Amino acid sequence: MLLRHTTSEVKERKALTVNPAKTCQPVGAMYAALGVHGCLPHSHGSQGCCSYHRSTLTRHYKEPVMAATSSFTEGSSVFGGQANLLQAIDNIFGIYDPDIIAVHSTCLSETIGDDLGQIVKKAQDDGKIPEGKFVVQASTPSYVGSHVTGYANMLEAFVKYFSFKTDEKLRQVNMLSGWVEPSDMRELKRIAGLMKLKTVLLPDTSDVLDTPMDGTYKMYPKGGTTREEIVSMGDSMKTVAMGEWATKSAAVALDNKCKVPFELTDVPIGLKATDRFIQALSTAGKVSIPECIAEERGKLVDVITDMHQYLYGKRVALWGDPDTLLPMIEFLVDMDMKPVYVVSGTPGKKFSARAMEILEAKVPEAKVRNGASADMFLMHQWIKEEPVDLLIGNTYGKYIARDEGIPFVRSGFPIIDRIGHSYFPTVGYLGGIRILERMLSAIMDKIDATSPEESFELTM
Amino acid sequence: MRKIAIYGKGGIGKSTTTQNTVAGLVEAGKNVKVVGCDPKADSTRLLLGGLAQKTVLDTLREEGEDVELEDIVKVGYGGVRCVESGGPEPGVGCAGRGIITSINMLEQLGAWDEKFQLDYTFYDVLGDVVCGGFAMPIREGKAEEIYIVVSGEMMAMYAANNICKGIKKYAQAGGVRLGGLICNSRKVDNESAMIEELAKRLGTQMIHFVPRDNMVQRAEINRKTVIDYEPNHPQADEYRALAKAIDENELFVIPEPLEIEELEKLLIDFGIAS
Repeated sequence: MLLRHTTSEVKERKALTVNPAKTCQPVGAMYAALGVHGCLPHSHGSQGCCSYHRSTLTRHYKEPVMAATSSFTEGSSVFGGQANLLQAIDNIFGIYDPDIIAVHSTCLSETIGDDLGQIVKKAQDDGKIPEGKFVVQASTPSYVGSHVTGYANMLEAFVKYFSFKTDEKLRQVNMLSGWVEPSDMRELKRIAGLMKLKTVLLPDTSDVLDTPMDGTYKMYPKGGTTREEIVSMGDSMKTVAMGEWATKSAAVALDNKCKVPFELTDVPIGLKATDRFIQALSTAGKVSIPECIAEERGKLVDVITDMHQYLYGKRVALWGDPDTLLPMIEFLVDMDMKPVYVVSGTPGKKFSARAMEILEAKVPEAKVRNGASADMFLMHQWIKEEPVDLLIGNTYGKYIARDEGIPFVRSGFPIIDRIGHSYFPTVGYLGGIRILERMLSAIMDKIDATSPEESFELTM
Repeated sequence: MRKIAIYGKGGIGKSTTTQNTVAGLVEAGKNVKVVGCDPKADSTRLLLGGLAQKTVLDTLREEGEDVELEDIVKVGYGGVRCVESGGPEPGVGCAGRGIITSINMLEQLGAWDEKFQLDYTFYDVLGDVVCGGFAMPIREGKAEEIYIVVSGEMMAMYAANNICKGIKKYAQAGGVRLGGLICNSRKVDNESAMIEELAKRLGTQMIHFVPRDNMVQRAEINRKTVIDYEPNHPQADEYRALAKAIDENELFVIPEPLEIEELEKLLIDFGIAS
């Protein structure tokens, strides 16, 4: 029993968080920046921050993650980090030659009050940014929000900095992606392609964090939204923003700056959220929905119908990020499953309210908590109070899964003990089938392993 | 060795009073060290005859961590060992962190080593205790006694009361105590009586009333303490008296800060309004 000290009795805690269901803002800022082509993330703080954020991403994506750091010393903490960042910009363009440096702050640089905007402006004025090269900056203190906030702040910085409205109207739709896998981003583009829709996806980590091994190392892989594409987002017909926490601020910024209206929808996970996404794309781009998409939908509905008996009434505990949790619990409810416990470390009162909206009719007993007081410890206590049949969440749930003997489907960030997420999407209708397949496998494996001999089934 | 920190509202005359008092102690044969904890680095100007001092943090920035004690300690009037912590230029970086870094560095370098046979260390701290960094000199194991420079002006008394809140917090957890209020007169009506009353309410004493005298300014322009510049002037005797009072002080307390209403009432009863 690895978590044998977890008691079943829930006591309201005022301060302590045990095993938080979130990580640092800069992790998100770094991930978002990697989804821009030729972009090197830069961490304005001490080296340890940068190392941690890089290794967290590498452990999940199993790819090298490059990022630079301002390497704060004791002196920089006192005198401010301007000199270090100016030197860094000089060195980075001179040695690593990215097209864009995406600077994000850290707790330290935020607390001592470094003004990234002013420092980047000075770099510009001092001629440290070569012609045709760019430095974008976002403020990402980790004591505010979570990794999702950092992702959102970086996206907002990109559109604020680059997107530009000209007189030319482009027949294209912007897709602002919430925090999903490279495979999911590829799938979003495939779906838009099926609809014969020209889109700009921001960010786009496909072909960046899922690159093939071909014998040569590329510091800047071929993927990522290009700067030209981000610029052109200012002339698009509309923006489809997937996920309020990760993309709304960028969508609003784009609307304010370039008058591109947006529709806020969920990350297309499961049946209904994908329906809404497809509908949003169709409306935004003024295109009809092709037969092939209807077929994919039909396949998902077919699997749901076939397997309903195994999923019906199953109690599920989930943890992760708001933008992916909401459509996921909606999906589960649609299949008559019972997402009874939901936890997210990312704050925002709207999350609990929206989750309860989804849950109240069919799962009124559900417990939902997000923000600082929502952690894996609380989740475990709830499970000890009344057990569940399935766990869905990132790797940190494996301790609970083992101690309590509950089938476990890995989902979200980070997944650092299994692979697959980089290659097999969970968005869209086909992604829905993948989620179903994995839930069923987990549940059925347990049935096979524990059913009495007389009811051990060959066909399931 | 007695370790003393001087606090008080900005511009109240902490540095001037500290250095003049130190001159008095030195004259009485004491071995003293002064640590300036102000980014402006002007806490030892009168003892050193100018601002020629290289600060701890400047040295750290230029030389990296290979700093020698001799690089940052300069010997001034009467053998006083002077250190300026220094700090960032206005508006950038973190001056509070600067003080923490600087004092840690001095400790690492053995600035308080037995061989220096110090009788006193004075920490001259900038303005109010605005953040953790500025409270560094009163953390456990650093300064043990505090004197607050105050005048009869309302804001100076507000600040003194506020500083007492900071001292109380640290005093309850450690050994730091308030030694008294030093009244640096601004020629406010009833000033002495009012500060004595304030001191009483805080649970401490007014250790000395330093009258206002232009000689202080004159000495300052000449980059000297009064004792150094005009040893026979009556103002020099005032600082000698203050030095003596501190040297003989035995009243060390945990202050009881006043409520704002109480403080305002004090001003009305004694001050300009009466």
